[in-house]
Amino acid sequence: MEKVGKYMFFLGCTIPYRVSSYEISARKVLQRLSVDLVEMPEFNCCGLPLEPLSHELTLILSARNIAIAEREGLNILTLCPGCSGTLKKTNKALKEDKSLKEEINGRLKEVGLEFKGSVNVKHISQFLIDDVGLDRIKKSVIKPLRGLKVSEHSGCHLSRPRKYLEFEDPENPKALKTLIEATGAKYVEYMDETECCGATVAGIDDKISLSLVREKLSHIKSAGAEALITMCPSCHIMYDANQIRVERMFKETYNIPVLHYTQLLGLAMGISPEELGFDELRVNPSKIVKYAMEIKPRL
Amino acid sequence: MSESESTKPSKINPRFRYEVAKMPGGEKLLQCFQCGTCTSDCPIARFNEKYRPRNIIHMAQIGLKNKILDSEFLWLCASCFTCTDRCPQGVEVASVIRILKNMAAEEGHIPKLFRELLSNLLKTGYVYEVPESRIRRRESLGLPPLPKGDSESILKTIQELKIARILNSE
Ligand code: SF4
Ligand code: SF4
Repeated sequence: MEKVGKYMFFLGCTIPYRVSSYEISARKVLQRLSVDLVEMPEFNCCGLPLEPLSHELTLILSARNIAIAEREGLNILTLCPGCSGTLKKTNKALKEDKSLKEEINGRLKEVGLEFKGSVNVKHISQFLIDDVGLDRIKKSVIKPLRGLKVSEHSGCHLSRPRKYLEFEDPENPKALKTLIEATGAKYVEYMDETECCGATVAGIDDKISLSLVREKLSHIKSAGAEALITMCPSCHIMYDANQIRVERMFKETYNIPVLHYTQLLGLAMGISPEELGFDELRVNPSKIVKYAMEIKPRL
Repeated sequence: MSESESTKPSKINPRFRYEVAKMPGGEKLLQCFQCGTCTSDCPIARFNEKYRPRNIIHMAQIGLKNKILDSEFLWLCASCFTCTDRCPQGVEVASVIRILKNMAAEEGHIPKLFRELLSNLLKTGYVYEVPESRIRRRESLGLPPLPKGDSESILKTIQELKIARILNSE
């Protein structure tokens, strides 16, 4: 298969810290799709978690990452919408504002880096659709997950704020739905799909963040989805790792497996659950795994 | 709150709105006509009766600087940008709130969580300190090694920032 152009792979902080299953499955799936990844050397936090303290700090941190990719002459691919959103916003801001660019470059000069504005940044959802293409994805599916009913949560930072990210309509996000349908699974709609997961207030006010998780899970449950599909490490933590906290706090049972999209696609590609990091998930995904294992691969 | 405290008039700073409006993202502050869309669509406001983005915008407009910057509710904003995308007047509500948080942080109001994130960044380049065991485990999971963050280089680029100086001097 012809290779999809080289990309610099930006991991961010949350994935290596807590969400290996996303990284494991993404690397596997991208390899199957013949995507060439180059690891970003000495990268740093994208800057988003520190924006409440200083916007300028965020600009410097994200510009530093972009400048590293520019030094290597490669576009950036991220798994986390928070990272891609932040890098995209900075990229746009510095390209459009010459004096801001000069100011930030003044800081980067200290360490031999320069922001030029010569590369672009994409989240994996946009990358899969624009660069890999739905045709290639559909061709890679040898076990169409027909009959499996899933819901999605795209996450706010994939498309908000609309004015800066210019990706898709945040009020009616389609990318993840289209990608889910490419695996053969059925997409199930539910109430308040675009509601925030609350990750950014976890640690500030857990009652609020867990109430948001609870509401989402209960809407998904009423819609009859068998799993929730995410493409953001922070949203995933909220719905998977924190699902048990919600169950304890509100004395309710949900038992909704939460899969990274890359795990769902991996299953449809016929990759084994072990190779996709399924054993790292907190909510037992065995129902879904069993379902996929029983599908006969089409050759 | 004691009665005398709750009835104490707040100090108004009439220049404050211009201070906010000149920051990137704050430009449209004065366009807000108090329709309340931001509050009614805010996920945090639904679960916390003290958190009202419309009120925060109003307080910024009339100049209740200290009242905002000393508050705890400011830090509840989840930065989901729903308000920004839905404001009929084009006010970047989430950015105005971020500007206010940045001002509060410069005055030394920094919640513990953010202190930790920043101190991790200065130590490792990441906002979390990835434990040794996790770094070693990557190998057995078949993942490439995590590049070592270059904290020295990061520090060089940000040391002149007010926020870095505040934390260093503490
Ligand atoms: S939505 Fe916009 S105009 Fe309406 S109250 Fe909020 S900031 Fe003001
Ligand atoms: S960005 Fe903040 S104020 Fe705006 S809707 Fe989200 S949580 Fe509410």
